[in-house]
Amino acid sequence: MAGGFPTDTRGNGLTGIVPVLFAGAIFAYFVSLMPAIAANEVIRVSIPWIPSLGIELAFLVDGLSLTFSLLISGIGTLVLLYSNTYLAGHPQYARFALFLTAFMLSMLGLVLADDLILLFVFWELTTLTSYMLIGFSHEAEKSRRNALQALFVTGAGGLAFLAGLILLAAASGTTSISGIIAQGNALKEHAMYLPILILLLAGTFTKSAQVPFHFWLPNAMAAPTPVSAFLHSATMVKAGVYVMARMHPAMSGTDVWLWTLTIFGAVTAVFASLLALRQTDLKQALAYTTLMALGTLTLFLGQESGYAMTAFATFLIVHSLYKASLFLVVGCIDLSTGTRETDHLGGLGRLMPVTAVAAALAALSMAGFPPFLGFIGKELKYAGAIAVASEPLFVAGAALLSNALMLAVAGVVAFRPFWQGSVPSGQAPREAPWQMWAGPIILASLGAVFGIYPDLLQVALINPTVISLTGEVGEAKELKLWAGINVPLFLSIATFVLGLLFYKFHVQLRAKLEQGFQAIPNLDHGWDRFLDGLKGFAKWQTLLVQNGKLTSYLFATFLTIAAGILLTLLYTGMPMIAVDLSDVEWKHTSIALLTIAGALLALVTNSRIAGIAALGVVGIGIALIFIVFSAPDVAITQLLVETLVVVLVAVVMLRLPSLPKAEFRLGHAALSIAVGASVSLILIAVVSSPLDLRLTDYFEATSWPEAYGRNIVNVILVDFRALDTFGEIAVVVIAALSAYALLRTTRKGDQK
Amino acid sequence: MEFLFAITVGVMVSAAVYLMLSNNLLRFIFGLVLISNAANLTIFVSGRLTDGAPPLIPEGADAPLVDVANALPQALVLTAIVIGFGLFAFAIVLVFRAWTTLNSLTPDDMRLAEPEEAQK
Amino acid sequence: MNSVILRVGTRYLAGILLVFSFYMMLRGHNEPGGGFIGGLTGATGFVLYAIACGTQDARAALRVLPQTIAMWGLGIALLAGLFAALFGDALFTGQWLFIGATESDKGLPLSTVLVFDIGVYLVVFGSILTLVFAMEEEV
Repeated sequence: MAGGFPTDTRGNGLTGIVPVLFAGAIFAYFVSLMPAIAANEVIRVSIPWIPSLGIELAFLVDGLSLTFSLLISGIGTLVLLYSNTYLAGHPQYARFALFLTAFMLSMLGLVLADDLILLFVFWELTTLTSYMLIGFSHEAEKSRRNALQALFVTGAGGLAFLAGLILLAAASGTTSISGIIAQGNALKEHAMYLPILILLLAGTFTKSAQVPFHFWLPNAMAAPTPVSAFLHSATMVKAGVYVMARMHPAMSGTDVWLWTLTIFGAVTAVFASLLALRQTDLKQALAYTTLMALGTLTLFLGQESGYAMTAFATFLIVHSLYKASLFLVVGCIDLSTGTRETDHLGGLGRLMPVTAVAAALAALSMAGFPPFLGFIGKELKYAGAIAVASEPLFVAGAALLSNALMLAVAGVVAFRPFWQGSVPSGQAPREAPWQMWAGPIILASLGAVFGIYPDLLQVALINPTVISLTGEVGEAKELKLWAGINVPLFLSIATFVLGLLFYKFHVQLRAKLEQGFQAIPNLDHGWDRFLDGLKGFAKWQTLLVQNGKLTSYLFATFLTIAAGILLTLLYTGMPMIAVDLSDVEWKHTSIALLTIAGALLALVTNSRIAGIAALGVVGIGIALIFIVFSAPDVAITQLLVETLVVVLVAVVMLRLPSLPKAEFRLGHAALSIAVGASVSLILIAVVSSPLDLRLTDYFEATSWPEAYGRNIVNVILVDFRALDTFGEIAVVVIAALSAYALLRTTRKGDQK
Repeated sequence: MEFLFAITVGVMVSAAVYLMLSNNLLRFIFGLVLISNAANLTIFVSGRLTDGAPPLIPEGADAPLVDVANALPQALVLTAIVIGFGLFAFAIVLVFRAWTTLNSLTPDDMRLAEPEEAQK
Repeated sequence: MNSVILRVGTRYLAGILLVFSFYMMLRGHNEPGGGFIGGLTGATGFVLYAIACGTQDARAALRVLPQTIAMWGLGIALLAGLFAALFGDALFTGQWLFIGATESDKGLPLSTVLVFDIGVYLVVFGSILTLVFAMEEEV
């Protein structure tokens, strides 16, 4: 990416402009919905999709989904505008714009869906489209590997998520999300609550990169910077947060919910802030602060108080604004100087003044200085933390530590490169074109505007969102810059002091952290080992199951047959087996013995001729059975086929080598006897149970009056079941033609 | 009666399975013929055995006058015999082809598609 | 098998078998017989012929390629089945025409069922000869 900004700032022509306008139109549409939502209305649109399953294409706009939709489409518009310049002249820009737009639409679908199945479809669509985006630089192996890692981790979570959704639908009897929420506390008391919760959280934690599933997110920075700005500010990773927030009214309030979300969120927040400070790459540092934000949001969703919910809604917006802005700024720095390493950056403030202002505004909001929205967000966080009934110290401590670290990171990312040191030699940075600073400036300024006029946000988005989260009106707390002298204020001051200290000593701190993290197992390497192990296992079991030996395939097949039949017979209790030999006549016995003798001779002989003769005996024995038991048509067919078999065998088999002497295999013998016995048993069981003759009776009654035939067997073949017969003769033709082709190929091969 | 022929089927299947498990394609073909015969007999016997009353409707009657044999399994078995023949013919041609090309009747030696060294 | 008696005898036998096979097929609707049995009988006649006189002679006597016969049979059976669709019946429903029917006698019955059985006959006949001829020649 080194080498400065694109000289041609016109971008990519229509391919570049159309997606921007498209996203902008969507944003405008959602803005037009704001007054209605601010008046606490809920808009629901529904089209039947799979009526037989009660699944609808249902979409719901309320405070929560509108907030997300505005962030997604608004940031989406600015990111597309930015990308058009960032990737100007990229040969695959059309593909990029398509993926990004598709991702944006999937994300919108996800936050608007009001049906569990629909939610899951969009959930998976975001996984797939983000895979395409993360792996956009597909020439680089690292990029492909990291994209695949994100796909696998979130995809595996998606499977658990699907299971959770299905259980949820089964437990509540509807797939409609608003329907589930309307059931109130019913879900929390349901016996399946815990499994549902675990499965859903497995999905949301992987998607929202909570520790220990966090490792894919920093790797996903292999994507082009605008993608990171979009995926890791307001969208992809917030999908999991969104679902937790959406299910909050129906599922929160239990001890499991509280402690799972609190602990995972707090650990993620602190752990990620420490990791963020350790980074020297600006983009990596931002990636880890995203993790911290996700942890914080999860932490708040664990609670129920109005403070926590207001803090959630505010911090959601704050974070999306400053994070998108900072990512875009880093993209500008990257293009301008060719590096993202903090140690190689400095003195950019004078050369890139607009970018520097955008960075400063965003960073101040991130660090939580007044009068920015970030400050209000931080105050609310502390108020929310104190309001936590059970463990306020734990939550407040985690929030304090992570906020202080956040301040330090904000300094490293947005202050140091611009206002400290001087431009290293060899770099010729200049200001970014307007398309690239417009986004950061707009987003960062919003942080300031909302900070100074919090009422704007309060009525339009915060209050409706809190209603979505709690299900009750009036829970939202007021957003205020000055809330008087109280505990949150002292905590804020402590944050500033601690944060400035962290910033001042961040180089030393980084070295210490480096040592500390050596001791912690690296999950990313663990992932590689896991994949290698999986591949090894796949190979091992493939070689075991598909070893290329016909004998073992057949052995497994026959074993399954015998086990299946015998176990079923055992399980259902052996049916009454009547050993009824009263009506056996000598001719029956002699035919049976003849057939058995033929089969046994074929079994033991080592001579081809004897084997053919033995098969002939069996064939004749069967034909005799057909004759004796009133099946003249079948008997004639059997005799004619038997003749042809002998002809073919005589032609072919005598050209083949004679049989080797067979060696006795005890295992094979045991299995053979088991299979034979199971077939005998099931046949005896069948003939001992009553026979359903309805079909036969029908054929007998209608054969002559309706089908004008006196030979019922033939009437069945050519009239009643003619379609079956047609299929069967088609098989005969195919068998003959295949054998014919096989023989002809032999001759051609010989000629060559 | 059915009991007697159920035992017969069992013996045939046992012999067929043992033959198919042997590592020789000629014996495999023997087993194939045996097992398709056994399958036909199974269908036939499970429709019950009736001595001396073929499923024909006599002149002048609209339906069989006596209890005739079950026509349905007969129709099934009839086509099964013909298809079994097609299968047998194809199998024996395949074995013959394998013999002329690979000069072996031992399936474990036929590893052109899955060479054993590739699995190491 | 270079025996004059066998060759001459087989020639007549094959002819008789072929006629008999038609008979078996046509009577099949009312007596034991039908397309499968007819086809097998007819094929057996030609197989004997091929063994006694060689496949060259047998092919010459047949005039048409056996696989062509099989495919024609499949086509005829399919058409017989599709014919029912013209009258709005489900596929493969038998259609009957009684020529010269009177009160007491149904006259000469003609039906798509018979056509279908002829298709079956040709398929079995053609397929088996395809196989046996190819084996005799190639093996």
